[in-house]
Amino acid sequence: MDSITDDEVLKIEGVANLLRQEVIHMLVEAGSGHVGGPLGMADIMATLYFKTLRHDPKNPKWHDRDRFVLSNGHTCPILYASLAHAGYFPVEELKTLRKLGSRLQGHPHRGALPGVETTSGPLGSGLAQAVGMALAARMDGAKWRTYCMTSDGEHQEGNHWEAVLVAGKNRLSNLVQIVDRNVIQIDGFTEDVMPLEPLADKYRSFNWNVLEVNGHDVRALVAAFTEAKATWEKPTVIIAHTTPGRGVDFMENRFEWHSKVMKPDQVRLALHELRTLRDSIRSEHQ
Amino acid sequence: MINRAAHLNPKLFTKDVEQAPTRDGYGTGLVLAGDRNPNVVALCADLTESTRTEAFAKKHPDRFIEVGVAEQGMATIAAGLAEAGKIAFIASYATFSPGRNWEQIRTTAAYNDANVKVAGHHAGISVGPDGATHQAIEDIATMRSMPNMRVIVPMDSVEAEKATLAATHMHGPVYLRFGREKTPVMSTAETPFTPGVGIVLWQSKKPQVAIFGCGSLLFQALLAAKHLEADGIGSVVVNLHTVKPIDEEAVVKWAKACGAVVTVEEHNVLGGLGSAVAEVLARRQPTPVEFIGMQDTFGESGQPDELIAKYGMDAPHIARAAEKVIERKR
Repeated sequence: MDSITDDEVLKIEGVANLLRQEVIHMLVEAGSGHVGGPLGMADIMATLYFKTLRHDPKNPKWHDRDRFVLSNGHTCPILYASLAHAGYFPVEELKTLRKLGSRLQGHPHRGALPGVETTSGPLGSGLAQAVGMALAARMDGAKWRTYCMTSDGEHQEGNHWEAVLVAGKNRLSNLVQIVDRNVIQIDGFTEDVMPLEPLADKYRSFNWNVLEVNGHDVRALVAAFTEAKATWEKPTVIIAHTTPGRGVDFMENRFEWHSKVMKPDQVRLALHELRTLRDSIRSEHQ
Repeated sequence: MINRAAHLNPKLFTKDVEQAPTRDGYGTGLVLAGDRNPNVVALCADLTESTRTEAFAKKHPDRFIEVGVAEQGMATIAAGLAEAGKIAFIASYATFSPGRNWEQIRTTAAYNDANVKVAGHHAGISVGPDGATHQAIEDIATMRSMPNMRVIVPMDSVEAEKATLAATHMHGPVYLRFGREKTPVMSTAETPFTPGVGIVLWQSKKPQVAIFGCGSLLFQALLAAKHLEADGIGSVVVNLHTVKPIDEEAVVKWAKACGAVVTVEEHNVLGGLGSAVAEVLARRQPTPVEFIGMQDTFGESGQPDELIAKYGMDAPHIARAAEKVIERKR
């Protein structure tokens, strides 16, 4: 069983905070892109890339690596920041996001950048690809596992549920889906736009193992990934309850910040809040 | 006369010519591909028998995945399998795959450059009684316009088997188009097949018109060529089985030699083989063209031969188009 020490938790939380700041910098540099989702996913991504995933950033094509599929491709700034800080490519390259000739496409493109397992952006297709990968691993008798991050909004896509059915039927215990349950989408709150609840019951009825966690609790996330690994005969979905815009007061839980562009004073405020953990510690620059 | 180098079926113009649907060749080709390469996997969306995926499913059950009536899931699961090193064949009716799942194919197979082979069955109006909902007439256009995607339309079951095997060795996405109805087996095992290389099936001594076609309608094109020759009009019939990348050199060569072109396909005349030929000619060898195909209209229920005649794709229509385009030269 994977366990985690207090020091490790602190370290991963620190990484998550750093990734959030990186996302703000990247989006300012790019002038467009999505901010709310990536900030909310930072703890999950830091936990995956700095604790759970079996991977080798220096050997991105390592055959036995765990596969990570980012289905909600619009949140790619947090994937790019995670990959860069894990060592897949130079951190300085993050500022090329969305620019001509960059490997950091506006939505991730397989083959463009080391560590990106598949192209995504058009919603509802990531889980199905993860199912395909998990099926391939099973055919080959391989031990690597497939992790797929999805958004709650994309659960409105039919393609997604087609994959949910296939995973349940085939008892893909080597597959873990993490749902970023932040309850927002472009047009508003998910429960207003197109209600998804009771989401956990839906998955249970599709023959999935369902875990619900606070998506900002690193210790709980590690425990959930560990439990998923120990689960046989079923794929696992971890419904991770997150706060969109996490760490920046004026963004938290505001669906307008799904893809809004920050003004300069908002950038300063956001970075200040992240650096000082909302004034709970004094910034070294103060 | 028939081009001997094409090694066509000696019974071609007889009543004894064998009849088989092109989808049969997909079925046998898929089994052979699976026998030869352990990475070949097949997926189907509740049409295992009619897409001829059945034989593979029986022989290699561990490499067959039934996804249910879910074409979008089929395409994207196949992409995931391909991303993990498999060569994934997906099969359904062309109206559904690549019809319904076009975007999934675009993003996860084509843009990913993944080893996904899309087999579109029951293509064209010769599906017959099922009617227009099941008659794909847009699939060549929608697949051809997708970067990275290659498009192959076999003329008979023998060529279909070769095309299926060839697709296994072509890295990246390939679209294979098959028909439901039994059609004449025009070729033999000896008939050459190389993706991207057209095959001259018929060549008169002094051809006045080049007939470029794909799929089983090439039989109608050959009948037309025979009738034309009897009337003193020479022609050449070229099987452009690979619509993309099209055999530009063959198109230019025969258009130049004949000065008039007819294209033949069981597909909308907008965006299919005819358009592909016209694009080449407009750039390299401006030539009058007549387009045989669906004239931007949906089909309907009926017997396959009735429909082919009603919608102007049988031998008499092809012969008339040839005469018309030759007239336009003057």
